[in-house]
Amino acid sequence: MSEHIVPVRVYVSIFLALIVGTTLTVWAAFQDFPGPLNVIVAMTIAVVKATLVVLYFMHVRYSARLIWVIVASALFWMGILFALTFSDYLTRGWM
Amino acid sequence: MAETYVEHEVSHPALQHHFENLEQQREAGTLGMWVFLVTEIMFFGGMFLAYTLYRSKYPEAFAIASNHLDIKLGAINTAVLIFSSFTMAMAVYSTQVGKRRAQIISLVLTIVLGLAFLGIKAVEYYQKYEDHLIPGSLIPGNPFNPDPHAMHLTPGVSMQHVQMFYWIYFAMTGMHALHMIIGVGLLSVLLYFSLKRRYTPEYHNPVEVIGLYWHFVDIVWIFLFPLLYLLGRHLGGHAG
Repeated sequence: MSEHIVPVRVYVSIFLALIVGTTLTVWAAFQDFPGPLNVIVAMTIAVVKATLVVLYFMHVRYSARLIWVIVASALFWMGILFALTFSDYLTRGWM
Repeated sequence: MAETYVEHEVSHPALQHHFENLEQQREAGTLGMWVFLVTEIMFFGGMFLAYTLYRSKYPEAFAIASNHLDIKLGAINTAVLIFSSFTMAMAVYSTQVGKRRAQIISLVLTIVLGLAFLGIKAVEYYQKYEDHLIPGSLIPGNPFNPDPHAMHLTPGVSMQHVQMFYWIYFAMTGMHALHMIIGVGLLSVLLYFSLKRRYTPEYHNPVEVIGLYWHFVDIVWIFLFPLLYLLGRHLGGHAG
């Protein structure tokens, strides 16, 4: 498969989106949202920013299926790490 | 595929003998870097796990400790790092399309922004040193001993748990900074060979894979910034 060259305007758009995301997350941090919403908002913005970097700056959107599998495997094993650890810690009410 | 190119590309000086052609060599290199980045994700993942666990156990102490970080410097550093990711992407692009001047300027800018990030980080570390916030006895003669009033410590919150936050803060930002230092070193090597005209539209994989590494380090910071600096601000933060 031949290489895909990402046009400059895509890079500029992603850069601007990342700066907007950073501004947004700083603003949101000072708002007193109900319950755990502050954490959810901050993490959602971070995940969106990271996804933009992976897909466009790191070219995964235009990469071979094999690269997708590698990236997905990283997320999968991270999921195991967190899920199994917290299934233990969060169910020990006496600690 | 590309049978017709084989004979032509064998003659390229950058093609290693165990690859059919430059295309295959490029894809193998990119794949290898991604596999390495997976191990890096696992490495940082352990520290993110430790952070999440301790924060869920000591939310008040973590909010108090977090609110003492300098949010302005943290936000500026986030912007600096995002800008450096953009200039890195432009370095890859310029190499792909054969714009040598733009390639060199992009690499220089990326190095300068990387160093700016490290400089701002050093200022922050020095502030923590002055406030006696370096955990344990890492610095001889200056153990962890912050002023409870300056920290706005509320009754019932243990300073030991505040210290736990700073262990995690220094471990994570320290490992991140180490990755930045290595990244600046790698970029300097890229710049050296760029000046020697090694990278061309046909052969640019070193620029591409070091770019992948640089973007990965940026992503780690994209998560570190809200987790360390921001969560807890809405509970009445005192900047600096």
